Amino acid sequence: MSAAAARPAASGSIAMSRWLRRIRWYLPAVLVFVGTIALWELVVQNIDLRGLPLPAPSEIAGALSDSWGAGRWPIGKAAAATLFEALGGLAIGTFAGVVVAGLTARFVTARELLLPLAIGASAVPIIAFAPLMNNWFGVLNPLSKMMIVAVLVFFPVVVNVTRGLTSVEPAALELMRSYAASDWSILWQVRVPNALPYFFTALKVGSTLALIGAIVGEYFGGSSDVLGRVIVQSASALRFDVTWAAIVVGAVSGIVSYLAIAAVERIVIPWHASQRAGEP
Amino acid sequence: MRQSAGRASPTTPDTVVRIAGVDKTFARDGVVVTTALSGIDLSISRGEFVSLIGPSGCGKSTLLRVIGDLVAPSAGSVEVNGKPAAQARRDRDYGMVFQAPVLFDWRSVEDNVKLPLELMGYDGPRRTARAKEMLDLVELGEFLKHHPYQLSGGMQQRVAIARALSFEPAILLMDEPFGALDEMTRERMNQEVLRIWEATGTTIVFVTHSIPEAVFLSSRVVVMSARPGRITDVIDIDLDRPRGVATREEPRYFQLVTAVREALRRGGMGDELAERMEDGSGASIDRTAAEGGIG
Ligand SMILES: Nc1ncnc2c1ncn2[C@@H]1O[C@H](COP(=O)(O)OP(=O)(O)O)[C@@H](O)[C@H]1O
Ligand SMILES: [Mg+2]
Repeated sequence: MSAAAARPAASGSIAMSRWLRRIRWYLPAVLVFVGTIALWELVVQNIDLRGLPLPAPSEIAGALSDSWGAGRWPIGKAAAATLFEALGGLAIGTFAGVVVAGLTARFVTARELLLPLAIGASAVPIIAFAPLMNNWFGVLNPLSKMMIVAVLVFFPVVVNVTRGLTSVEPAALELMRSYAASDWSILWQVRVPNALPYFFTALKVGSTLALIGAIVGEYFGGSSDVLGRVIVQSASALRFDVTWAAIVVGAVSGIVSYLAIAAVERIVIPWHASQRAGEP
Repeated sequence: MRQSAGRASPTTPDTVVRIAGVDKTFARDGVVVTTALSGIDLSISRGEFVSLIGPSGCGKSTLLRVIGDLVAPSAGSVEVNGKPAAQARRDRDYGMVFQAPVLFDWRSVEDNVKLPLELMGYDGPRRTARAKEMLDLVELGEFLKHHPYQLSGGMQQRVAIARALSFEPAILLMDEPFGALDEMTRERMNQEVLRIWEATGTTIVFVTHSIPEAVFLSSRVVVMSARPGRITDVIDIDLDRPRGVATREEPRYFQLVTAVREALRRGGMGDELAERMEDGSGASIDRTAAEGGIG
Protein backbone atom coordinates (compact mmCIF):
# COMPACT_ATOMS: atom_id res chain seq x y z
CA MET A 1 0.00 0.00 0.00
CA SER A 2 1.28 3.43 -0.78
CA ALA A 3 2.84 5.36 2.03
CA ALA A 4 1.23 8.55 0.77
CA ALA A 5 -2.16 7.11 1.49
CA ALA A 6 -2.02 7.40 5.23
CA ARG A 7 0.06 10.54 5.58
CA PRO A 8 -1.37 12.99 8.12
CA ALA A 9 -2.03 16.64 7.35
CA ALA A 10 1.05 18.83 7.15
CA SER A 11 2.19 20.18 10.50
CA GLY A 12 4.05 23.46 11.01
CA SER A 13 7.54 22.16 10.46
CA ILE A 14 6.51 20.27 7.35
CA ALA A 15 5.00 23.47 5.92
CA MET A 16 8.24 25.27 6.75
CA SER A 17 10.37 22.73 4.96
CA ARG A 18 8.02 22.87 2.00
CA TRP A 19 8.76 26.58 1.71
CA LEU A 20 12.47 25.87 1.85
CA ARG A 21 12.07 23.32 -0.90
CA ARG A 22 10.11 25.81 -2.99
CA ILE A 23 12.80 28.43 -2.59
CA ARG A 24 15.43 25.91 -3.65
CA TRP A 25 13.27 25.03 -6.66
CA TYR A 26 12.92 28.61 -7.89
CA LEU A 27 16.30 29.97 -6.81
CA PRO A 28 18.32 28.83 -9.87
CA ALA A 29 15.88 30.42 -12.32
CA VAL A 30 15.87 33.69 -10.35
CA LEU A 31 19.66 33.71 -10.19
CA VAL A 32 19.99 33.12 -13.94
CA PHE A 33 17.51 35.93 -14.62
CA VAL A 34 19.19 38.46 -12.33
CA GLY A 35 22.62 37.40 -13.60
CA THR A 36 21.61 37.91 -17.21
CA ILE A 37 20.28 41.41 -16.49
CA ALA A 38 23.44 42.32 -14.59
CA LEU A 39 25.68 40.98 -17.36
CA TRP A 40 23.67 42.87 -19.97
CA GLU A 41 24.06 46.10 -17.99
CA LEU A 42 27.79 45.55 -17.58
CA VAL A 43 28.37 44.77 -21.25
CA VAL A 44 26.41 47.75 -22.53
CA GLN A 45 28.04 50.16 -20.05
CA ASN A 46 31.60 49.03 -20.69
CA ILE A 47 31.88 47.77 -24.24
CA ASP A 48 31.30 49.87 -27.32
CA LEU A 49 28.64 47.98 -29.29
CA ARG A 50 29.15 50.18 -32.36
CA GLY A 51 25.66 51.44 -32.90
CA LEU A 52 23.91 48.16 -32.07
CA PRO A 53 20.48 49.28 -30.83
CA LEU A 54 20.80 47.69 -27.41
CA PRO A 55 20.09 50.05 -24.52
CA ALA A 56 21.20 49.08 -21.04
CA PRO A 57 18.54 47.69 -18.68
CA SER A 58 18.82 50.86 -16.61
CA GLU A 59 18.02 53.01 -19.66
CA ILE A 60 15.05 50.81 -20.49
CA ALA A 61 13.80 51.16 -16.93
CA GLY A 62 14.24 54.92 -17.23
CA ALA A 63 12.26 55.04 -20.47
CA LEU A 64 9.59 52.91 -18.90
CA SER A 65 9.07 55.22 -15.94
CA ASP A 66 9.33 58.39 -18.06
CA SER A 67 6.81 57.41 -20.70
CA TRP A 68 4.52 55.12 -18.65
CA GLY A 69 1.66 57.61 -18.41
CA ALA A 70 2.73 60.56 -20.53
CA GLY A 71 4.59 61.76 -23.58
CA ARG A 72 4.39 60.68 -27.17
CA TRP A 73 4.27 56.98 -26.25
CA PRO A 74 2.24 56.37 -23.08
CA ILE A 75 3.28 52.74 -22.54
CA GLY A 76 0.88 52.03 -19.67
CA LYS A 77 -2.15 53.11 -21.66
CA ALA A 78 -0.85 51.26 -24.73
CA ALA A 79 -0.34 48.07 -22.73
CA ALA A 80 -3.88 48.27 -21.33
CA ALA A 81 -5.31 48.68 -24.84
CA THR A 82 -3.26 45.79 -26.25
CA LEU A 83 -4.12 43.55 -23.32
CA PHE A 84 -7.79 44.35 -23.86
CA GLU A 85 -7.50 43.23 -27.49
CA ALA A 86 -5.53 40.12 -26.56
CA LEU A 87 -7.89 38.99 -23.80
CA GLY A 88 -11.00 39.85 -25.82
CA GLY A 89 -9.66 37.81 -28.73
CA LEU A 90 -8.66 34.99 -26.39
CA ALA A 91 -12.20 34.88 -25.00
CA ILE A 92 -13.85 34.92 -28.44
CA GLY A 93 -11.47 32.31 -29.88
CA THR A 94 -11.75 30.03 -26.86
CA PHE A 95 -15.52 30.22 -26.78
CA ALA A 96 -15.82 29.48 -30.51
CA GLY A 97 -13.22 26.71 -30.20
CA VAL A 98 -15.05 24.99 -27.35
CA VAL A 99 -18.37 25.16 -29.22
CA VAL A 100 -16.86 23.66 -32.38
CA ALA A 101 -14.99 21.03 -30.34
CA GLY A 102 -18.28 20.04 -28.73
CA LEU A 103 -19.80 19.58 -32.18
CA THR A 104 -16.85 17.66 -33.62
CA ALA A 105 -16.85 15.41 -30.58
CA ARG A 106 -20.58 14.81 -30.79
CA PHE A 107 -20.98 14.23 -34.49
CA VAL A 108 -18.70 11.87 -36.38
CA THR A 109 -19.38 13.65 -39.67
CA ALA A 110 -18.43 17.00 -38.18
CA ARG A 111 -15.27 15.45 -36.80
CA GLU A 112 -14.26 13.87 -40.09
CA LEU A 113 -14.97 17.14 -41.87
CA LEU A 114 -13.56 19.70 -39.47
CA LEU A 115 -10.79 18.08 -37.47
CA PRO A 116 -8.31 17.52 -40.31
CA LEU A 117 -8.99 21.13 -41.34
CA ALA A 118 -8.36 22.38 -37.82
CA ILE A 119 -5.16 20.37 -37.48
CA GLY A 120 -4.00 21.64 -40.86
CA ALA A 121 -4.97 25.19 -40.04
CA SER A 122 -3.02 25.19 -36.77
CA ALA A 123 0.10 24.60 -38.85
CA VAL A 124 -0.64 27.62 -41.09
CA PRO A 125 0.91 30.99 -40.12
CA ILE A 126 -2.49 32.56 -39.58
CA ILE A 127 -0.89 35.83 -38.55
CA ALA A 128 -0.36 36.37 -42.29
CA PHE A 129 -4.07 37.20 -42.47
CA ALA A 130 -3.64 40.17 -40.14
CA PRO A 131 -3.73 42.87 -42.88
CA LEU A 132 -6.96 41.31 -44.21
CA MET A 133 -8.57 41.34 -40.79
CA ASN A 134 -7.54 44.96 -40.32
CA ASN A 135 -9.27 45.68 -43.57
CA TRP A 136 -12.46 43.77 -42.78
CA PHE A 137 -13.10 45.10 -39.29
CA GLY A 138 -11.59 48.58 -39.65
CA VAL A 139 -7.98 49.21 -38.80
CA LEU A 140 -8.79 51.50 -35.85
CA ASN A 141 -11.39 49.19 -34.37
CA PRO A 142 -9.95 47.00 -31.55
CA LEU A 143 -12.25 44.27 -32.88
CA SER A 144 -9.94 43.85 -35.89
CA LYS A 145 -7.09 42.80 -33.54
CA MET A 146 -9.44 40.69 -31.45
CA MET A 147 -10.46 38.76 -34.53
CA ILE A 148 -6.83 38.12 -35.47
CA VAL A 149 -6.24 36.81 -31.95
CA ALA A 150 -9.47 34.81 -31.98
CA VAL A 151 -8.53 33.01 -35.20
CA LEU A 152 -5.06 32.26 -33.83
CA VAL A 153 -6.44 30.85 -30.57
CA PHE A 154 -9.37 29.02 -32.15
CA PHE A 155 -7.49 26.14 -33.79
CA PRO A 156 -5.41 24.86 -30.87
CA VAL A 157 -8.55 25.04 -28.70
CA VAL A 158 -10.59 23.00 -31.19
CA VAL A 159 -7.88 20.37 -31.59
CA ASN A 160 -7.10 20.01 -27.89
CA VAL A 161 -10.63 20.09 -26.53
CA THR A 162 -11.87 17.63 -29.16
CA ARG A 163 -9.07 15.30 -28.15
CA GLY A 164 -9.98 15.72 -24.49
CA LEU A 165 -13.66 14.99 -25.10
CA THR A 166 -12.99 11.88 -27.20
CA SER A 167 -9.87 10.33 -25.66
CA VAL A 168 -11.86 8.73 -22.87
CA GLU A 169 -10.89 5.25 -21.69
CA PRO A 170 -13.17 2.74 -23.47
CA ALA A 171 -13.64 0.97 -20.13
CA ALA A 172 -14.98 4.20 -18.62
CA LEU A 173 -17.63 4.32 -21.34
CA GLU A 174 -18.49 0.66 -20.76
CA LEU A 175 -18.81 1.38 -17.05
CA MET A 176 -21.21 4.26 -17.72
CA ARG A 177 -23.13 2.09 -20.17
CA SER A 178 -23.46 -0.62 -17.53
CA TYR A 179 -25.14 2.03 -15.32
CA ALA A 180 -27.48 2.82 -18.23
CA ALA A 181 -26.19 6.41 -18.00
CA SER A 182 -27.58 8.95 -20.48
CA ASP A 183 -25.37 10.60 -23.10
CA TRP A 184 -25.79 13.78 -21.11
CA SER A 185 -24.44 12.16 -17.93
CA ILE A 186 -21.55 10.65 -19.87
CA LEU A 187 -20.74 14.10 -21.24
CA TRP A 188 -20.79 15.84 -17.86
CA GLN A 189 -19.43 13.09 -15.67
CA VAL A 190 -16.73 11.70 -17.95
CA ARG A 191 -15.98 13.68 -21.09
CA VAL A 192 -15.93 17.22 -19.75
CA PRO A 193 -13.72 16.45 -16.72
CA ASN A 194 -11.47 14.43 -19.01
CA ALA A 195 -11.21 17.41 -21.37
CA LEU A 196 -10.37 19.99 -18.68
CA PRO A 197 -6.59 19.38 -18.65
CA TYR A 198 -6.58 19.60 -22.46
CA PHE A 199 -8.60 22.81 -22.25
CA PHE A 200 -6.11 24.44 -19.90
CA THR A 201 -3.20 23.37 -22.09
CA ALA A 202 -4.92 25.05 -25.04
CA LEU A 203 -5.66 28.14 -22.96
CA LYS A 204 -2.02 28.50 -21.93
CA VAL A 205 -0.86 28.13 -25.53
CA GLY A 206 -3.62 30.56 -26.49
CA SER A 207 -2.59 33.20 -23.96
CA THR A 208 0.86 33.35 -25.57
CA LEU A 209 -0.60 33.42 -29.06
CA ALA A 210 -3.03 36.15 -28.02
CA LEU A 211 -0.34 38.70 -27.23
CA ILE A 212 1.64 37.80 -30.33
CA GLY A 213 -1.51 38.17 -32.42
CA ALA A 214 -2.51 41.50 -30.91
CA ILE A 215 0.95 43.11 -31.16
CA VAL A 216 1.74 41.83 -34.64
CA GLY A 217 -1.75 42.83 -35.77
CA GLU A 218 -0.98 46.34 -34.55
CA TYR A 219 2.24 46.42 -36.61
CA PHE A 220 -0.01 46.54 -39.65
CA GLY A 221 -1.76 49.64 -38.41
CA GLY A 222 -4.13 50.74 -35.72
CA SER A 223 -4.79 53.49 -33.20
CA SER A 224 -1.47 54.85 -32.00
CA ASP A 225 -1.78 54.12 -28.27
CA VAL A 226 -1.18 50.37 -28.46
CA LEU A 227 2.03 48.41 -27.84
CA GLY A 228 2.52 47.38 -31.48
CA ARG A 229 2.34 50.98 -32.70
CA VAL A 230 4.62 52.19 -29.88
CA ILE A 231 7.19 49.56 -30.88
CA VAL A 232 7.02 50.41 -34.60
CA GLN A 233 7.01 54.20 -34.15
CA SER A 234 9.66 54.43 -31.43
CA ALA A 235 11.94 52.13 -33.40
CA SER A 236 11.63 54.25 -36.54
CA ALA A 237 12.32 57.31 -34.37
CA LEU A 238 15.45 55.49 -33.10
CA ARG A 239 14.14 55.69 -29.52
CA PHE A 240 15.18 52.09 -28.82
CA ASP A 241 14.92 52.57 -25.08
CA VAL A 242 11.17 53.13 -25.53
CA THR A 243 10.95 50.20 -27.97
CA TRP A 244 12.56 47.91 -25.42
CA ALA A 245 10.38 49.23 -22.63
CA ALA A 246 7.30 48.38 -24.70
CA ILE A 247 8.66 44.92 -25.46
CA VAL A 248 9.34 44.31 -21.77
CA VAL A 249 5.79 45.35 -20.88
CA GLY A 250 4.44 43.04 -23.57
CA ALA A 251 6.55 40.17 -22.27
CA VAL A 252 5.45 40.75 -18.68
CA SER A 253 1.79 40.89 -19.78
CA GLY A 254 2.25 37.54 -21.52
CA ILE A 255 3.88 35.94 -18.51
CA VAL A 256 1.25 37.30 -16.12
CA SER A 257 -1.63 36.02 -18.30
CA TYR A 258 0.03 32.63 -18.49
CA LEU A 259 0.56 32.46 -14.72
CA ALA A 260 -3.01 33.58 -14.05
CA ILE A 261 -4.31 30.73 -16.21
CA ALA A 262 -1.93 28.27 -14.55
CA ALA A 263 -3.20 29.42 -11.13
CA VAL A 264 -6.82 28.87 -12.14
CA GLU A 265 -5.84 25.47 -13.52
CA ARG A 266 -4.30 24.55 -10.18
CA ILE A 267 -7.58 25.36 -8.45
CA VAL A 268 -9.86 23.69 -10.99
CA ILE A 269 -7.96 20.45 -11.65
CA PRO A 270 -5.79 19.77 -8.59
CA TRP A 271 -6.35 16.05 -9.24
CA HIS A 272 -4.55 16.00 -12.57
CA ALA A 273 -1.08 14.48 -12.83
CA SER A 274 0.34 17.70 -14.28
CA GLN A 275 -0.65 19.50 -11.09
CA ARG A 276 0.88 16.90 -8.81
CA ALA A 277 4.33 16.89 -10.39
CA GLY A 278 6.86 19.66 -10.85
CA GLU A 279 7.05 22.23 -8.09
CA PRO A 280 7.45 20.43 -4.76
CA MET B 1 -18.29 -33.78 -11.04
CA ARG B 2 -18.28 -32.82 -14.70
CA GLN B 3 -21.54 -31.82 -16.30
CA SER B 4 -22.22 -32.38 -19.93
CA ALA B 5 -20.76 -29.35 -21.60
CA GLY B 6 -22.79 -26.96 -23.64
CA ARG B 7 -26.21 -27.76 -22.17
CA ALA B 8 -28.22 -25.07 -20.52
CA SER B 9 -29.69 -26.46 -17.35
CA PRO B 10 -33.46 -26.11 -17.06
CA THR B 11 -34.72 -22.73 -15.94
CA THR B 12 -35.76 -22.59 -12.29
CA PRO B 13 -37.04 -19.64 -10.28
CA ASP B 14 -33.49 -19.38 -9.00
CA THR B 15 -31.97 -18.85 -12.44
CA VAL B 16 -30.35 -15.44 -12.70
CA VAL B 17 -28.61 -15.80 -16.06
CA ARG B 18 -29.84 -17.93 -18.91
CA ILE B 19 -27.74 -18.01 -22.07
CA ALA B 20 -29.05 -20.05 -24.99
CA GLY B 21 -27.35 -20.65 -28.33
CA VAL B 22 -25.24 -17.51 -28.26
CA ASP B 23 -22.86 -16.80 -31.12
CA LYS B 24 -20.78 -13.68 -31.48
CA THR B 25 -18.88 -12.80 -34.61
CA PHE B 26 -16.92 -9.65 -35.31
CA ALA B 27 -17.08 -8.43 -38.88
CA ARG B 28 -15.12 -5.86 -40.76
CA ASP B 29 -16.61 -4.38 -43.93
CA GLY B 30 -19.36 -6.97 -43.72
CA VAL B 31 -16.91 -9.88 -43.68
CA VAL B 32 -16.70 -12.05 -40.55
CA VAL B 33 -13.15 -11.84 -39.30
CA THR B 34 -13.47 -13.42 -35.84
CA THR B 35 -15.88 -15.93 -34.37
CA ALA B 36 -15.48 -14.98 -30.74
CA LEU B 37 -18.29 -17.17 -29.39
CA SER B 38 -20.03 -20.18 -30.83
CA GLY B 39 -23.03 -22.10 -29.47
CA ILE B 40 -22.82 -20.90 -25.88
CA ASP B 41 -25.43 -22.36 -23.49
CA LEU B 42 -25.11 -21.60 -19.79
CA SER B 43 -27.40 -21.08 -16.82
CA ILE B 44 -26.33 -19.46 -13.60
CA SER B 45 -28.35 -19.67 -10.38
CA ARG B 46 -28.82 -17.07 -7.71
CA GLY B 47 -25.88 -16.82 -5.35
CA GLU B 48 -23.53 -18.84 -7.54
CA PHE B 49 -19.89 -17.94 -8.06
CA VAL B 50 -19.07 -18.93 -11.64
CA SER B 51 -15.62 -18.52 -13.16
CA LEU B 52 -14.90 -18.42 -16.88
CA ILE B 53 -11.45 -19.74 -17.70
CA GLY B 54 -9.68 -20.35 -20.98
CA PRO B 55 -6.75 -19.28 -23.10
CA SER B 56 -6.30 -15.70 -24.13
CA GLY B 57 -8.64 -14.72 -26.94
CA CYS B 58 -11.14 -17.55 -26.35
CA GLY B 59 -13.96 -15.08 -25.79
CA LYS B 60 -14.20 -14.84 -21.98
CA SER B 61 -14.47 -11.06 -22.00
CA THR B 62 -16.83 -11.16 -24.94
CA LEU B 63 -19.10 -13.61 -23.10
CA LEU B 64 -19.07 -11.38 -20.02
CA ARG B 65 -19.90 -8.34 -22.17
CA VAL B 66 -22.71 -10.23 -23.87
CA ILE B 67 -24.18 -11.08 -20.46
CA GLY B 68 -23.89 -7.42 -19.43
CA ASP B 69 -25.36 -6.13 -22.72
CA LEU B 70 -22.19 -4.23 -23.51
CA VAL B 71 -22.06 -6.06 -26.86
CA ALA B 72 -25.01 -7.66 -28.61
CA PRO B 73 -24.79 -11.36 -29.53
CA SER B 74 -24.93 -12.24 -33.25
CA ALA B 75 -27.32 -15.08 -32.48
CA GLY B 76 -29.06 -16.61 -29.47
CA SER B 77 -30.54 -15.06 -26.38
CA VAL B 78 -29.41 -13.84 -22.98
CA GLU B 79 -31.90 -13.47 -20.15
CA VAL B 80 -31.09 -12.01 -16.78
CA ASN B 81 -33.68 -12.21 -14.01
CA GLY B 82 -36.13 -13.41 -16.65
CA LYS B 83 -35.66 -10.29 -18.81
CA PRO B 84 -33.62 -9.69 -21.95
CA ALA B 85 -30.10 -8.50 -21.07
CA ALA B 86 -30.79 -5.03 -22.50
CA GLN B 87 -33.72 -4.59 -20.15
CA ALA B 88 -31.66 -5.89 -17.23
CA ARG B 89 -29.01 -3.28 -17.99
CA ARG B 90 -31.62 -0.52 -18.09
CA ASP B 91 -32.89 -1.85 -14.74
CA ARG B 92 -29.34 -1.51 -13.34
CA ASP B 93 -29.00 -5.21 -12.61
CA TYR B 94 -25.25 -5.28 -13.32
CA GLY B 95 -22.21 -4.31 -11.32
CA MET B 96 -19.09 -4.32 -13.49
CA VAL B 97 -15.45 -4.62 -12.42
CA PHE B 98 -12.73 -4.53 -15.07
CA GLN B 99 -9.06 -5.40 -15.02
CA ALA B 100 -8.25 -1.70 -14.64
CA PRO B 101 -10.07 -0.05 -11.72
CA VAL B 102 -11.45 2.75 -13.98
CA LEU B 103 -11.72 5.24 -11.15
CA PHE B 104 -12.13 8.91 -11.97
CA ASP B 105 -9.20 10.99 -10.77
CA TRP B 106 -11.38 14.06 -10.34
CA ARG B 107 -13.53 12.33 -7.75
CA SER B 108 -12.51 11.33 -4.25
CA VAL B 109 -12.73 7.66 -3.30
CA GLU B 110 -16.11 8.33 -1.69
CA ASP B 111 -17.41 10.25 -4.70
CA ASN B 112 -16.28 7.49 -7.05
CA VAL B 113 -18.42 5.03 -5.11
CA LYS B 114 -21.28 7.52 -5.17
CA LEU B 115 -21.21 7.95 -8.96
CA PRO B 116 -23.66 5.12 -9.81
CA LEU B 117 -25.85 6.20 -6.89
CA GLU B 118 -26.02 9.75 -8.30
CA LEU B 119 -26.92 8.39 -11.72
CA MET B 120 -29.60 6.20 -10.19
CA GLY B 121 -31.20 9.03 -8.23
CA TYR B 122 -30.36 8.03 -4.65
CA ASP B 123 -30.82 11.05 -2.37
CA GLY B 124 -27.81 12.68 -0.67
CA PRO B 125 -27.97 11.08 2.79
CA ARG B 126 -28.56 7.64 1.31
CA ARG B 127 -25.61 8.06 -1.06
CA THR B 128 -23.35 8.99 1.83
CA ALA B 129 -24.55 6.09 3.95
CA ARG B 130 -24.20 3.55 1.13
CA ALA B 131 -20.71 4.75 0.15
CA LYS B 132 -19.54 4.53 3.75
CA GLU B 133 -21.06 1.09 4.18
CA MET B 134 -19.49 -0.27 0.99
CA LEU B 135 -16.07 1.21 1.68
CA ASP B 136 -16.19 -0.27 5.18
CA LEU B 137 -17.02 -3.60 3.55
CA VAL B 138 -13.85 -3.49 1.46
CA GLU B 139 -11.95 -2.16 4.51
CA LEU B 140 -11.26 1.26 3.07
CA GLY B 141 -13.48 3.19 5.45
CA GLU B 142 -10.59 5.46 6.41
CA PHE B 143 -9.86 6.49 2.83
CA LEU B 144 -13.15 8.21 1.95
CA LYS B 145 -11.55 11.58 1.23
CA HIS B 146 -8.47 10.28 -0.54
CA HIS B 147 -8.07 10.48 -4.28
CA PRO B 148 -7.57 7.34 -6.39
CA TYR B 149 -3.96 8.21 -7.25
CA GLN B 150 -3.11 8.12 -3.56
CA LEU B 151 -4.05 4.43 -3.33
CA SER B 152 -2.18 1.29 -4.34
CA GLY B 153 -3.44 -0.89 -7.21
CA GLY B 154 -5.08 -3.38 -4.84
CA MET B 155 -6.83 -0.62 -2.91
CA GLN B 156 -8.07 0.97 -6.13
CA GLN B 157 -9.52 -2.34 -7.24
CA ARG B 158 -11.31 -2.63 -3.88
CA VAL B 159 -12.83 0.81 -4.48
CA ALA B 160 -14.03 -0.44 -7.87
CA ILE B 161 -15.64 -3.44 -6.15
CA ALA B 162 -17.29 -1.19 -3.56
CA ARG B 163 -18.63 0.98 -6.38
CA ALA B 164 -19.97 -2.06 -8.25
CA LEU B 165 -21.77 -3.31 -5.14
CA SER B 166 -23.04 0.07 -3.96
CA PHE B 167 -26.40 -0.12 -5.72
CA GLU B 168 -26.97 -3.80 -4.88
CA PRO B 169 -26.96 -5.14 -8.44
CA ALA B 170 -28.46 -8.58 -8.98
CA ILE B 171 -25.24 -9.80 -10.52
CA LEU B 172 -21.58 -8.84 -10.36
CA LEU B 173 -19.55 -9.23 -13.57
CA MET B 174 -15.79 -9.22 -13.03
CA ASP B 175 -13.30 -9.34 -15.91
CA GLU B 176 -9.87 -10.42 -14.65
CA PRO B 177 -10.17 -7.95 -11.78
CA PHE B 178 -6.90 -9.04 -10.19
CA GLY B 179 -4.97 -9.72 -13.39
CA ALA B 180 -2.74 -6.69 -12.87
CA LEU B 181 -1.91 -7.45 -9.23
CA ASP B 182 1.04 -9.35 -7.83
CA GLU B 183 0.49 -12.88 -6.56
CA MET B 184 0.42 -11.99 -2.84
CA THR B 185 -2.06 -9.17 -3.31
CA ARG B 186 -4.12 -11.34 -5.61
CA GLU B 187 -4.49 -14.04 -2.94
CA ARG B 188 -5.51 -11.45 -0.38
CA MET B 189 -8.03 -10.02 -2.81
CA ASN B 190 -9.39 -13.53 -3.52
CA GLN B 191 -10.06 -13.95 0.18
CA GLU B 192 -11.66 -10.51 0.27
CA VAL B 193 -13.96 -11.26 -2.65
CA LEU B 194 -15.11 -14.50 -1.03
CA ARG B 195 -15.86 -12.64 2.18
CA ILE B 196 -17.87 -10.02 0.26
CA TRP B 197 -19.67 -12.67 -1.75
CA GLU B 198 -20.63 -14.50 1.44
CA ALA B 199 -21.68 -11.27 3.16
CA THR B 200 -23.84 -10.01 0.28
CA GLY B 201 -25.07 -13.25 -1.28
CA THR B 202 -24.67 -11.70 -4.71
CA THR B 203 -24.25 -13.75 -7.90
CA ILE B 204 -20.78 -13.41 -9.42
CA VAL B 205 -19.46 -14.19 -12.90
CA PHE B 206 -15.69 -13.97 -12.77
CA VAL B 207 -13.27 -14.10 -15.71
CA THR B 208 -9.76 -15.31 -14.96
CA HIS B 209 -6.86 -17.05 -16.59
CA SER B 210 -5.52 -18.37 -13.28
CA ILE B 211 -6.47 -21.97 -12.47
CA PRO B 212 -5.79 -21.65 -8.70
CA GLU B 213 -7.88 -18.49 -8.55
CA ALA B 214 -10.79 -20.12 -10.37
CA VAL B 215 -10.74 -23.22 -8.16
CA PHE B 216 -10.34 -21.32 -4.92
CA LEU B 217 -13.19 -18.91 -5.55
CA SER B 218 -15.84 -20.70 -7.55
CA SER B 219 -18.79 -22.90 -7.08
CA ARG B 220 -18.47 -23.79 -10.79
CA VAL B 221 -15.66 -23.35 -13.28
CA VAL B 222 -16.64 -22.95 -16.93
CA VAL B 223 -13.79 -24.02 -19.21
CA MET B 224 -13.60 -22.43 -22.64
CA SER B 225 -11.50 -23.06 -25.72
CA ALA B 226 -10.58 -20.81 -28.59
CA ARG B 227 -11.32 -20.63 -32.30
CA PRO B 228 -14.23 -20.63 -32.09
CA GLY B 229 -14.86 -19.70 -28.46
CA ARG B 230 -16.86 -22.55 -26.97
CA ILE B 231 -17.62 -24.01 -23.56
CA THR B 232 -15.81 -27.35 -23.41
CA ASP B 233 -16.34 -28.27 -19.74
CA VAL B 234 -18.15 -27.19 -16.63
CA ILE B 235 -16.54 -28.36 -13.40
CA ASP B 236 -18.31 -28.23 -10.02
CA ILE B 237 -16.03 -27.11 -7.22
CA ASP B 238 -17.19 -28.95 -4.11
CA LEU B 239 -14.61 -27.58 -1.68
CA ASP B 240 -15.98 -26.79 1.77
CA ARG B 241 -16.82 -23.25 2.74
CA PRO B 242 -15.73 -20.96 4.22
CA ARG B 243 -12.52 -21.28 2.25
CA GLY B 244 -9.23 -19.94 3.51
CA VAL B 245 -5.49 -20.49 3.57
CA ALA B 246 -6.00 -24.15 4.53
CA THR B 247 -8.18 -24.73 1.47
CA ARG B 248 -5.20 -24.24 -0.82
CA GLU B 249 -3.46 -27.13 0.95
CA GLU B 250 -6.28 -29.69 0.78
CA PRO B 251 -5.81 -32.77 -1.45
CA ARG B 252 -9.24 -32.08 -2.98
CA TYR B 253 -8.04 -28.63 -4.00
CA PHE B 254 -5.12 -30.14 -5.90
CA GLN B 255 -7.40 -32.72 -7.52
CA LEU B 256 -9.66 -29.95 -8.77
CA VAL B 257 -6.74 -27.85 -10.00
CA THR B 258 -5.61 -30.91 -11.96
CA ALA B 259 -9.12 -31.48 -13.28
CA VAL B 260 -9.36 -27.92 -14.57
CA ARG B 261 -5.92 -28.10 -16.11
CA GLU B 262 -6.79 -31.31 -17.90
CA ALA B 263 -10.06 -29.85 -19.09
CA LEU B 264 -8.13 -26.92 -20.54
CA ARG B 265 -5.77 -29.33 -22.24
CA ARG B 266 -8.65 -31.35 -23.66
CA GLY B 267 -10.05 -28.07 -24.89
CA GLY B 268 -7.09 -28.02 -27.21
CA MET B 269 -4.49 -25.83 -25.68
CA GLY B 270 -0.83 -26.76 -25.62
CA ASP B 271 0.75 -28.09 -22.42
CA GLU B 272 3.03 -25.14 -22.16
CA LEU B 273 0.17 -22.66 -22.11
CA ALA B 274 -1.70 -24.76 -19.56
CA GLU B 275 1.37 -24.70 -17.32
CA ARG B 276 1.67 -20.97 -17.64
CA MET B 277 -1.97 -20.49 -16.86
CA GLU B 278 -1.67 -22.62 -13.77
CA ASP B 279 0.72 -20.24 -12.13
CA GLY B 280 -1.44 -17.41 -13.34
CA SER B 281 1.31 -15.72 -15.31
CA GLY B 282 -0.18 -16.26 -18.75
CA ALA B 283 -0.69 -12.74 -19.88
CA SER B 284 -3.93 -12.11 -21.67
CA ILE B 285 -4.42 -9.33 -24.07
CA ASP B 286 -7.75 -7.62 -24.03
CA ARG B 287 -8.70 -5.73 -27.06
CA THR B 288 -11.60 -3.40 -26.75
CA ALA B 289 -12.67 -1.43 -29.72
CA ALA B 290 -12.14 2.20 -28.85
CA GLU B 291 -15.35 4.08 -29.33
CA GLY B 292 -14.40 7.50 -30.50
CA GLY B 293 -16.89 10.28 -30.18
CA ILE B 294 -19.90 10.82 -28.04
CA GLY B 295 -22.85 8.49 -28.37
N1 LIG C 1 -14.51 -5.26 -30.58
C1 LIG C 1 -13.90 -6.29 -31.21
N2 LIG C 1 -13.70 -6.25 -32.55
C2 LIG C 1 -13.10 -7.27 -33.19
N3 LIG C 1 -12.66 -8.38 -32.59
C3 LIG C 1 -12.83 -8.49 -31.26
C4 LIG C 1 -13.45 -7.45 -30.49
N4 LIG C 1 -13.48 -7.82 -29.19
C5 LIG C 1 -12.89 -9.05 -29.15
N5 LIG C 1 -12.51 -9.46 -30.38
C6 LIG C 1 -11.88 -10.75 -30.71
O1 LIG C 1 -12.67 -11.77 -30.17
C7 LIG C 1 -11.86 -12.79 -29.63
C8 LIG C 1 -12.20 -13.00 -28.17
O2 LIG C 1 -11.78 -11.87 -27.46
P1 LIG C 1 -11.96 -11.74 -25.89
O3 LIG C 1 -13.37 -12.00 -25.53
O4 LIG C 1 -11.41 -10.42 -25.47
O5 LIG C 1 -11.03 -12.91 -25.34
P2 LIG C 1 -10.51 -13.20 -23.86
O6 LIG C 1 -11.15 -12.24 -22.93
O7 LIG C 1 -10.87 -14.62 -23.59
O8 LIG C 1 -9.02 -13.03 -23.89
C9 LIG C 1 -10.43 -12.38 -29.86
O9 LIG C 1 -9.96 -13.02 -31.02
C10 LIG C 1 -10.52 -10.90 -30.07
O10 LIG C 1 -9.50 -10.45 -30.92
MG1 LIG D 1 -10.34 -10.76 -21.69
